[in-house]
Amino acid sequence: MTLLEWLTDPANWTGPGGIPVQIAYQLFYTFLSLAIASVIAIPLGIFIGFTGKGEAIVAGSANALRALPTLGLLILLFLVLAPWIAGQLVFVVPTIIVLVLLAIPPILTGTYTGIQSADEAAVDAARGMGYTRTQILWRVQMPCALPLLISGLRGSTLQVVSTATVAAYVGLQGLGRYIIDGRAQADFAQMAGGALLVALLALALELLFSILGRVLVSPGLRRTTRRRRPQPTDTATAALTTLTAAR
Amino acid sequence: MNLDWIWANLPQIWTLFVNHIWLTLIPTIIGLIIAIPLGWWAHRSRRGGVVIVGAAGLLYTIPSLALFILLPAILGTRILDPLNVIIALTIYTVALLVRVVSDGLGSVPHETVAAAEAMGYRGWQRLLLVELPVAVPVIIAGLRVAVVSNVSIVTMAALIGIPQLGTLFTQGFQLRLFVPLILGIALCVLLAVVFDQLLIQIGRITTPWRRKDVPA
Repeated sequence: MTLLEWLTDPANWTGPGGIPVQIAYQLFYTFLSLAIASVIAIPLGIFIGFTGKGEAIVAGSANALRALPTLGLLILLFLVLAPWIAGQLVFVVPTIIVLVLLAIPPILTGTYTGIQSADEAAVDAARGMGYTRTQILWRVQMPCALPLLISGLRGSTLQVVSTATVAAYVGLQGLGRYIIDGRAQADFAQMAGGALLVALLALALELLFSILGRVLVSPGLRRTTRRRRPQPTDTATAALTTLTAAR
Repeated sequence: MNLDWIWANLPQIWTLFVNHIWLTLIPTIIGLIIAIPLGWWAHRSRRGGVVIVGAAGLLYTIPSLALFILLPAILGTRILDPLNVIIALTIYTVALLVRVVSDGLGSVPHETVAAAEAMGYRGWQRLLLVELPVAVPVIIAGLRVAVVSNVSIVTMAALIGIPQLGTLFTQGFQLRLFVPLILGIALCVLLAVVFDQLLIQIGRITTPWRRKDVPA
């Protein structure tokens, strides 16, 4: 059976292990982890960006976390937690914890660097117009932080989609099942089919975030960032902190 | 915890460790070599920049496990060929570094470029002798990120059966043993730290004029 035959076989598109069901699983795990991570990371990022407290610790640990191999982390946490959790959740809970842990750093750095990168002149102007500190945060700094916040979310999403695929190894549902099961059955068509679907899903989510960025970010902000003289080291580090993920 | 497992498997662990070093280093070096001309092009031409940085971003989006499996289908290699891992990681490294090289070249002060121009440096000569050396701090910062994430990405290849430190994770899972798992994670972190420090030193040696402030 070839890749094309596997993808077009109606049997693979129906039933409890069918492609639509596995895509739904994958998206469910992804968005659940992202939601939990956002609830933790965005307020924390606002706090750090606003007060400047704890910045060194966060930047340092984000770098250290990058060195930790996600596969090892996933299996380790699974083996540690599995005896404590009963039933079907045994596969899900440890994985979600790892996914949330991995999703936090990009969102966190995106939020606080975004707030800090807000144009000083804009903040001064708002202060001059009589804005209170809270108003400055919500009406000036947050909108200015949005592009970096969104790219942080994007980085997290890619990381989570990628790791949720790998988590099929410890028994999670989702598109990774085809890769792991295909490997076990020496069924290359199934493996390649799963891999292709994962890649397409990741690209689709990437597209979604670029549209989101276009819709949500204030047009005035986009124009100034393009016209302003680029500050290469800043943009490079910002891009790196949000982009890099253990794929 | 039973540390005897380590002594009993020392030769195997050593082989995995050495494999891991090669699987990380080769793509990082090839990736840098490819990224320099591409980054230069992205820096020089506005349209080239948009196309290259966009394409790099899309390639970086593809999860590693998927790429390890899709490459044999595209290249006709065997699924167990380590070449797939090397090519996949080279793609990620290029995708990451193209932007870094382009930004690094953009960080070269205009006066420096103008001075080089006035002294008669042209084209490739100016790039190799003036712009690239000045861009080294930015490029090193990008390389550090690339090599550290490569160390981690290589472990994913254990899921399709290519031996390196990630194999310790799958063994730990199959045998329900913590020792290989923790050892594997520790060795990965160690490797990442060593590569990172090595790059900091290389950056320091290649930019003697900025001894005092080394980029974080």
